[in-house]
Amino acid sequence: MITLTHFLVLAAVLFAISVMGIFLNRKNVIILLMAIELMLLAVNFNFIAFSHYLSDTAGQIFVFFILTVAAAESAIGLAILVVLFRNLNTIDVEDLGSLKG
Amino acid sequence: MNWADLHLMPALPEIFLLSALSVILVLDLFVSDARRGITYLLTLLTLAVCAGIQIATSVPYVTTTFSGMFVDDPLADIVKVGMYGFTAIVLVFTRQYMADRGLFKGEYFTLSLFALLGMNVMVSASHFLTLYIGLELLSLALYALIALNRDSTSSTEAAMKFFVLGALSSGLLLYGMSMVYGATGSLDIVQIGKAIQGGSGNTVLLVFGLVFIVAGLSFKLGAVPFHMWVPDVYQGSPTAITLMVGAAPKLAALVFMIRILVQGMGPMVGDWQGMLVIVAVLSMAIGNITAIAQTNIKRMLAYSTISHMGYMLLGLLAGTAQGYSAALFYAFSYVLMTVVGFGILLALSRAGFECERLEDLKGLNGRNSWYALLMLLTMFSMTGIPPLVGFYAKLVVIQAVVDIGMFWLAVFAVLMSLIGAFYYLRVVKHMYFDEVQDTAPIVVRGDAKLVLSLSGLALLVLGVLPQGLLELCLEAMRTSLAAL
Repeated sequence: MITLTHFLVLAAVLFAISVMGIFLNRKNVIILLMAIELMLLAVNFNFIAFSHYLSDTAGQIFVFFILTVAAAESAIGLAILVVLFRNLNTIDVEDLGSLKG
Repeated sequence: MNWADLHLMPALPEIFLLSALSVILVLDLFVSDARRGITYLLTLLTLAVCAGIQIATSVPYVTTTFSGMFVDDPLADIVKVGMYGFTAIVLVFTRQYMADRGLFKGEYFTLSLFALLGMNVMVSASHFLTLYIGLELLSLALYALIALNRDSTSSTEAAMKFFVLGALSSGLLLYGMSMVYGATGSLDIVQIGKAIQGGSGNTVLLVFGLVFIVAGLSFKLGAVPFHMWVPDVYQGSPTAITLMVGAAPKLAALVFMIRILVQGMGPMVGDWQGMLVIVAVLSMAIGNITAIAQTNIKRMLAYSTISHMGYMLLGLLAGTAQGYSAALFYAFSYVLMTVVGFGILLALSRAGFECERLEDLKGLNGRNSWYALLMLLTMFSMTGIPPLVGFYAKLVVIQAVVDIGMFWLAVFAVLMSLIGAFYYLRVVKHMYFDEVQDTAPIVVRGDAKLVLSLSGLALLVLGVLPQGLLELCLEAMRTSLAAL
């Protein structure tokens, strides 16, 4: 029997992987964008699981909004990435270091 | 069903803003670069009409629309009028700066208005869904604004950093919201408050969610330990956009916090108070101490912002009506000081030159004593020297923590503002006692000069007569937050 706890643990694991992906990743900015998407999907998992176990549809509607905003967000993220690549000719995270103080 | 049943009056300013924004978006396509002033004037007109509608439709009680998702109360009214005003001031200040850099384009105005719309929704939201949509509308517009100067390496780098950390903070906030939803079974702020009050929520889930929510909110506010994006974004963006990011969004972020923490999770004040104490103490300490080491004035003002956010949180964490209104008063005075400070940096910048090093201010008194005086007022106000508004703002937030018996926190706040005095007064020393290095004439448009002078004098006037604004804030809090 799959219970609410199973879903919550899965979502927590996905969330932790995405946070690690953002902080430990030293290679590529695209991986950061993937980690952000994964984080939002982990949140969606949570909402759907709660929504199902509470028998309340509001949570599932929230998920639609999160998915839509996530799409807009990655569009802007990729646009910034393209501009960044044109200026720096690289998308390595390590090369993003001109702002320091 | 007819139109009257929809009861859209509380959202009228937002509906007008969105319609006007769409009109400007399309109209701008037919405007040549030489006549961009038309878009600029239409934008200012939109802001003025919005403020007019806001004041005309304001009522001294709480009204809701869209099934309780959108709320219009005196708190929302006062903050929104402030945001229209500050956005208009920022647009007036930045006109010449943007034109000098080829950035005086339609996107600048539409994105600024979209950001403003997002802030309006944040301020009026009474449901996790509207809170999230408003926040994202603001954030997405700001990401694009920061990257507006496409050929600048530092702007795009700042935009990328802001984007990644902004998305991370939205993720944290959403994760916390999902936990609170699971514990209380509702997404509506009022229902959540009732569920927590009634003790029906799962306490472990609630506290777990609260930790994520406070982390996400601190990220948005730029408070330590989630502050690393603030200095990079302030330094990397064009100064005009730095001002856009640093001004009105801070007001919106404060109300956003009040909506979630006070209205939604008010009964858990004991839990979030402790977290906010840590965040506030770290922000005041790290913000003020790190600012001393900066040579870039935009970066220095970024750390100063971090410390100001710490002071603002003092009012919020007090958990009393006086405390919340003190925090709101602090936010207003902070935004006013930021606007004047950056306004002078914008006035000193010209085509091909950015005023961003501390040395660039050397001998300003010899070049133009009026701007030097305005900058002096700003720096004194940020330090908290009477009779300027910054002094009164610090006084009321410290009063709020003394009232709840946290004397050590009050003493700590005063000590930290003493440390802060060092780097603010260093700017004054550069302006008045150092040799002039940059002798180029300062050319500023007449309207920008007038608005800059009036805002600078407002620092003094509000400092001498703070009672009116303070009572307005207190009254708004009392009416809007039913629990107080």
